[in-house]
Amino acid sequence: MKKTYKIDVDCAACANKMEVAANKTEGVKECVVNFMALKMKVEFEEGADVDKVMEAVRANCKKVEDDCEIFL
Amino acid sequence: MNKKQKERLLRIVITAVAMILLWLINPKGLVRGICYLLVYALIGTDIIKKAFAGIKNRQPFDECLLMVIATFGAICLAIYSGSGDYVEAIAVMLFYQIGEFFQTYAVGKSRKSITDLMDICPDYANIEDEEGNLEQVDCDEVETGSIIVVKPGERIPIDGTVIEGTSTVNTAALTGESVPRTVKEGDNVISGCINLSGMIRVKTTCEFEESTASKVMELIEDASSHKSKSENFISKFARFYTPVVVYLALALALVVPLIRLVMGMEPGFGQWIYRALIFLVISCPCALVISIPLSFFAGIGGAGRCGILIKGSNYMETLANAKTVVMDKTGTLTCGVFEVTDIYSDNVDHNELLHMAAHVERYSKHPIAESIKKAYCNEKDGCTVSDIEEISGQGVKALVNGRRICVGNSTFMENIGSKWHECDHNGTAVHVTFEEDYAGHIIISDKVKAQSKGALESLKKCGVNEIVMLTGDVAKAANTVAEELGITRVHSDLLPTGKLETLEKIMSEKKDKKDSVIFVGDGINDAPVLKRADVGIAMGALGQDAAIEAADVVLMDDDPGKIAVAIKIARKCLSIVKENIWFAIGVKVICLILGALGIANMWFAIFADVGVMVVAVLNAIRCMYVKRIENV
Repeated sequence: MKKTYKIDVDCAACANKMEVAANKTEGVKECVVNFMALKMKVEFEEGADVDKVMEAVRANCKKVEDDCEIFL
Repeated sequence: MNKKQKERLLRIVITAVAMILLWLINPKGLVRGICYLLVYALIGTDIIKKAFAGIKNRQPFDECLLMVIATFGAICLAIYSGSGDYVEAIAVMLFYQIGEFFQTYAVGKSRKSITDLMDICPDYANIEDEEGNLEQVDCDEVETGSIIVVKPGERIPIDGTVIEGTSTVNTAALTGESVPRTVKEGDNVISGCINLSGMIRVKTTCEFEESTASKVMELIEDASSHKSKSENFISKFARFYTPVVVYLALALALVVPLIRLVMGMEPGFGQWIYRALIFLVISCPCALVISIPLSFFAGIGGAGRCGILIKGSNYMETLANAKTVVMDKTGTLTCGVFEVTDIYSDNVDHNELLHMAAHVERYSKHPIAESIKKAYCNEKDGCTVSDIEEISGQGVKALVNGRRICVGNSTFMENIGSKWHECDHNGTAVHVTFEEDYAGHIIISDKVKAQSKGALESLKKCGVNEIVMLTGDVAKAANTVAEELGITRVHSDLLPTGKLETLEKIMSEKKDKKDSVIFVGDGINDAPVLKRADVGIAMGALGQDAAIEAADVVLMDDDPGKIAVAIKIARKCLSIVKENIWFAIGVKVICLILGALGIANMWFAIFADVGVMVVAVLNAIRCMYVKRIENV
């Protein structure tokens, strides 16, 4: 399953960090952060609880870049 | 400007004013130190806060932390050496903030202008209620089959069919074509076009999300997630660059003075630590990280404006290296509209021949079948047609009023053992047999597109070495077209699988691994070939989902001249990307060397850092301006 979220982040390097952090989150199969469009595309693992996974993704992203925001 | 940016700008201004005042008043001793520290705190709070967050989250090479170490180090040195020169540290922080401000502002601005450029989806649709009043509703809420009203000057929000009114529509946003198209009752209209003259009522044929405009927008937004080699290089580079520079800085600060100490020289800790701090200032790879994706995004946005959809930054790279262009004939170089131009028969009435052929082709969707049916308009008469069998790539046979009729090409005639004969006229011959007897043939021809010749010339001009034509058509028809256009290599009589094999053969002939082979088709039955080529370009694909799906680059209208334009846009974009890579890395390396030698000071370093980024971002935005390329 794939979903797209709007994000807010200031710099491209930070967006890359968010991508790495999101990809390491459990339940995320693949995540692509598009800095130019300020969007995050997340592909979830089979049977993952989307809301819970996204909460974790947000927490992990905030850890690497506390200025970022993911609009769930 | 958003709230964050305004706040940052305010802090920059206050700091600048305070610095000037302090310079004029020039306080001494403790007062001086406290004053400058206060200013430092003002300009640096958010950076310091972020730096501590970085430490807490174990992100040691956070650029904020490096900035804080560099500036704080400079302050400590000023106190330690007793020079009282705090200006440098504050200036570094100030310029860093100015750089950050510019970066968010410029990127935000260009993001907006690129998305505006591509923003072809309207926000609302007009729906009429029972009393005839127009009501604006959210496009998502319009169901398939609803009737929407499009007023002059509005964009058509959803694909549909005109049921009332006539108008002209501007399709420029989708096709790059500036001549308006006239639409009347019964015509299909595509979303994203602007209605120019009259009010029309449109019955929608799909939902908003499935509409052309929404799909195009999604494609472009997704494009930047297919990362190019340069982008991958940059993100890898950025991952290594910062730690390496930081370790080098550590080495400068500790190892060099220790070696000097061992060698019996004065260690000069202050001087070497200062040089190390310069390293930290230059350690952020931001100019690179920001400008490369921005270049690609701008290039893709600009190309979209000309009716060229590039589905990923990686295709930009392969397009730019195009050396061979393989083209399909029908629908790509020719109009793809077949017309019956002649009928030859020895002993059968011409009309009867056409009549029978039309019956046999009744259910076929092949362009040739369509043209025969068009030539014989009253196909659905009382005749009974049964036992229809279509042999792919050959023809069709069926029983018409109990009589076996075969319609097909020369291979088909051979296979059924008919006594057919060649035809010496231009065009594709469709042979017809009645029972065992050869009845005659129908000549169907296709016209070469007016722009084809010019398109091939401009392809050659932009460095394409070889142009190959592939076609499922017979050799004679293919050669006529090839001769007219000056194409020397032609492969004809190919079935879809044959096209794929030929393409693979051509791809294996590449001289250099970097060279790429482009395949251009109209997407109707060459999806596998489009997929297999280094870059598959689908032409005139407006509204054809399968083609848009299979191709890497989609030309919204059917002008083959756009192929060269796409290559040129890709080249321009790539050269800007390369300029930025070399420029940014070059300046940084020079600064590092000068810093290590003690020639550059911190002012120099911060200018290099911020300045490089500003130049690189401005350069990246150039990718968006592709209009001039188009007109060359």
